[in-house]
Order: sequence, then C-alpha cells, then structure tokens
Amino acid sequence: MMEWLAMGGHGVYVWSAYALSAAALVGMGVWPWLALRRARRRIAAALAPNQSVASGDRKRPEPGQGGVA
Amino acid sequence: MGKATEWFRRTFHRMGSPRWFFAGSRGWMLGLYLVGGTLIAIGSAWGLGFAPTDRLQGDSYRILYVHVPAAHLAEAVYVAIAIAGAVHLVWRMKMADLAIAAAAPVGMTLTAAALATGYIWGIPTWGTGWVWDARTTSMLVLLFLYFGLIALRQAVPRADRAALAVSVLAIVGVVNIPIIKYSVDWFTTLHQPASIRIGERPSIDPSMLWPLAVNALGYYLFLVGVVIAALRAKIIEREAKADWVRTWVQTR
Repeated sequence: MMEWLAMGGHGVYVWSAYALSAAALVGMGVWPWLALRRARRRIAAALAPNQSVASGDRKRPEPGQGGVA
Repeated sequence: MGKATEWFRRTFHRMGSPRWFFAGSRGWMLGLYLVGGTLIAIGSAWGLGFAPTDRLQGDSYRILYVHVPAAHLAEAVYVAIAIAGAVHLVWRMKMADLAIAAAAPVGMTLTAAALATGYIWGIPTWGTGWVWDARTTSMLVLLFLYFGLIALRQAVPRADRAALAVSVLAIVGVVNIPIIKYSVDWFTTLHQPASIRIGERPSIDPSMLWPLAVNALGYYLFLVGVVIAALRAKIIEREAKADWVRTWVQTR
C-alpha cells in the first residue's frame, strides 16, 4: 500500500495531478447545476408576490433583470 | 430525400428550439454524467493501480491518463465551439450561441487542467515544469482564446452584437488547433510526439493503452453531459421572460 502511494518516488507528482484533475471534473460537473438553480430561484423570486410590499414601495422586479443579484 | 436526411433536417430544426432542447435533454444529461463518471473512475483506478510501470519514466507516466484526455477534449471542445460559431453566423441560430456560452468555461477549465498536469508531469520528466516550446505555447494560446470568448461576451453590452463577435472569434481561433496538433511534428520540442495515430499501430502497449481509452471515452461522455447541463442553465437564464420558463419555475 505505502509502496503504491509512493509511486516509485513520483507520488507527489502523480497524486497532485490526479487530485487536480478530479477537482476540475467535479467543478465542471457541479457548476451548471448551481447556475440552473440560481437562475430558477432568481426567476421565482421575481414572479412571487412581492414580500417586501409591507416594508416598502419597491417595484416588483422583472425576471431576468436580477431581482436578487 | 432519404429518411435519414429528413430525420437530420427535423432534428436540426428542433435543436434550434431552446424549449424543445430543455424538455428533452434532462435524461441524456443524467445518463452521460453517470456513464462518463463511472468510466473515468474505472479508467483512473486502472491507470493508477493496474497498468504497468513505464521503463523510462517510472510511475510519473501515469499522469498521462488524466493529462491526455484533458488536452484532447480541450481541443475537441474548441472545434465544436468553432462549428457552433459558423452555424450561428450562417443561420443566426440562437441555440448555437448559447452552446458557445455553455461550452467556453468547460474548454477553459480543460485547457488549464491540461497545462497544470503537464507542468506537474514535466518536473520529474523534463527537469522543468514549463518550457516555451511549440506545444506548450500553442496550448497557452488556446487558454487565452477561451478566456477571450468569455471576456468578449461580457465586454459587448448588446447581447446580439456580443454573440456575433464571439462567433467570429471562435471561427478565427480554430487555426490554433492544427498548430497544437502538429506542433510536436513540425518543431523540435521537449514534448513527446503522439503515441496514437489514425491508421498506424499505437506505439504504446495495450496494457497501458486500455486505461487511457476508457478514461478518454469517459471524459468525452461526461463532458458532453456537462455542456448539456450548462446549456440548460443558459437557456433558462436567456429565456427568463418566456411563458414556458415561468411555468417551469412555478411548477417546481
């Protein structure tokens, strides 16, 4: 096991390259899901009956123009 | 017109519809994530634990199994973007532009991963991480092209003008792809030449080639799934005012 992890003395290079690749793959895989969820929530917030009506006179934001952002 | 031509024509037209694509793509996306992810897990475990050690490079050569698919896909994604740019310019298809917007960050990440793993691999193998040779420099140009595609869109305020500019840049930048591919043949470089060429026997042993084939296929499938997922997000962002999007948001 230790011998395998050592990779013949090149363990640092091999494992860091794989860790970096895994991070890139996970990042690429998760990012579109977060983007879709963000867009959905923004549109939902813009469509929902305005919760800030009681506290102020702000106009209801149009969807796509970033009600939250 | 044959049946196949008719099918292609109809599919092409439907692909132009964001709503149709969004409705039909979820299953494909999930399937590609699952199959691609599984293949990458198998290929990487195989490459790390079961493929034999290289006679010259020792175990550092195992970086190949993540370096080559990332570099190959970085180029393939760019070619796909250039084709989408041409489709957008010729037919003014909105979906082609959305596809470019969805794929550019993926291509940029892959290029960065290829450069970074190459740098790491270079330290024990070349004695240096970075050299300004033809292969590494043309890959760096690819990174800047991806960055340019993303930055240009944000720099032009009008979405339709931005889309045109991005399409033109995508097409012009494709000249860099053959330069990357043949850089190891045309110039004297530290980078090793390709081990696998179409129409020739690979200069790499099957026991080392199989994990690469599995990983490369896994990268392909997974990243097509990622681009589909990103395109779905772009569709919802761009079509936020369409009735069907509002309905979709409210029924979730």
